[in-house]
Amino acid sequence: MSALEIAQQVRSGQRQAVDVLEEHLARIAASDDEIHAFNLVIADAARETAARVDETVASGEDPGPLAGVPVALKDNMCTRGIATTCSSKILEGWEPPYDATVVSRLRNAGAVAVGKTNLDEFAMGSSTENSAFGPTRNPLDHSRVPGGSSGGSAAAVAAGFATLALGSDTGGSIRQPAAFCGVVGMKPTYGAVSRYGLIAFGSSLDQIGPFSRTVAESAAVLEVIGGHDSRDSTSIDRPTFDLQGVLDRGVQGMRIGILTELSGGSGGVEGINSDVIARTQAAAAALEAAGASIHEVSVPSSTLGLSAYYLVAPAEASSNLSRYDGVRYGLRVDAATTGEMNAATRTAGFGAEVKRRIMLGTYALSAGYYDAFYGKALKVRTLMLQEFAEVYADVDLLLTPTAPTTAFALGERTADPMTMYVNDVCTIPSNLTGHPAISVPFGVGDDGLPVGVQILGPALSEPSIYQAAAVLESAAGEGSAL
Amino acid sequence: MSERITRDEVVHVARLARLTLTDAEIDEFTGQLGDILEHAADVEALDVGDIAPTSHPLPLTNVFRADERRESLDREEVLAQAPAAENGQYRVPPVLGESQ
Repeated sequence: MSALEIAQQVRSGQRQAVDVLEEHLARIAASDDEIHAFNLVIADAARETAARVDETVASGEDPGPLAGVPVALKDNMCTRGIATTCSSKILEGWEPPYDATVVSRLRNAGAVAVGKTNLDEFAMGSSTENSAFGPTRNPLDHSRVPGGSSGGSAAAVAAGFATLALGSDTGGSIRQPAAFCGVVGMKPTYGAVSRYGLIAFGSSLDQIGPFSRTVAESAAVLEVIGGHDSRDSTSIDRPTFDLQGVLDRGVQGMRIGILTELSGGSGGVEGINSDVIARTQAAAAALEAAGASIHEVSVPSSTLGLSAYYLVAPAEASSNLSRYDGVRYGLRVDAATTGEMNAATRTAGFGAEVKRRIMLGTYALSAGYYDAFYGKALKVRTLMLQEFAEVYADVDLLLTPTAPTTAFALGERTADPMTMYVNDVCTIPSNLTGHPAISVPFGVGDDGLPVGVQILGPALSEPSIYQAAAVLESAAGEGSAL
Repeated sequence: MSERITRDEVVHVARLARLTLTDAEIDEFTGQLGDILEHAADVEALDVGDIAPTSHPLPLTNVFRADERRESLDREEVLAQAPAAENGQYRVPPVLGESQ
């Protein structure tokens, strides 16, 4: 049952939020030992929240647009008094003294938080295998990864543990796991959703967004969590989007570009599987059948995105993660002096991938290398913004695959960091530019696993993106995706 | 193994980042960071002379809020999360130890 149906039934008193919750808790109890979508299930707190929602309905008041809807939260979002780990030993046992803005907005809309989901440590990874608490499995095939870094959130929705989930996306960490698990994943415009209480990874790239089974639910969540927040100085000061109201408007007359460099075109990035390219072309055909015109467009700098990202994101991470020093919260490994304690704590608390990125970022920012690497990478961001602006003068939206492949096997890519990083090649440009992008399931690949296609648009083009996503969802449902 | 970054540079960067690496980790990171920097050679080689850098996707400058008194976090609740606290403050080992 969709979030919209649950909310409608709970608000009208047809169903109790506590009953909806128990169904989901039963599914979690039955199979999360195997899937490991959650780091923590907060059954008792969820029961209290659901009971309050029911009391609100009984007293004749409206609990809100997501009344009684079970939601899962990526474990890098602060929840007051509830352990928040980032899947890292360095934060194990820490209970934040405040709620993230998205957490309070969901609660105020009547949603019921059921737990904190697993991720690659500090959201650094593309498979959820970098978690200090063990990997998450893909609910569709337990031998495969769910993608990452928000793999637990994607798996929780795909497995029916929660109706909705929130993730964070720094280089594709919502969209790629959504594609691997066959659900919808949205990265909004940078600044459209408050980052207050989201534990920082790459502050100029990080953005929170929803996972859901359908496009309409995704739109409903973004309407709830979006909008200005004075506690995030990068929050865009504008009214929230009307997204649910535009879902049925279609794409008649829209101009949509296939971004050739990221869709298997010559001179573009290599390694995108032919079945994934075929699904992307089928998506273009479906949009054309619905009245859009399709154009091949080129953004040459998009091929530089991966390199630029793996300089910018680690640089910001090395700075952000300097706060884990054993002084104020989380792990402390005692030593004779504060300096030795800082190093002993960080050495014991961080996993290998986090150390690798801190090292890379520290190097890219260090004297003598700053201009050659970090400075150049920032200029690539400008170049990409210019080239995307030129393209968006001609087309409304762009289409690419979400990821180069379908879900790969657990352990397949852990030996060599670069083979993991290339997963993000199609999703990274939107983080570097701050533009919104959505991944929508569109059929399956040769291995029978879901393929996601990505719709990109300029800043604040969320309504158009959702219009196109709704068209693709409907075409996929009618079998055009098969 | 790539020669983009030396073993000594890895040791130096680890010290800057307050990480203590084993010999095996130093060897592993020297190779892996070299591979990643090799991949970044396309960015390094780019001629982007007069392009201005973008450090942030939004054209924001200073952001102000109304100068109103607001409640801050509860000190007891915050200090309860510290590894060690005393007299309303964080407690740490000596900053200048014998090794200094």
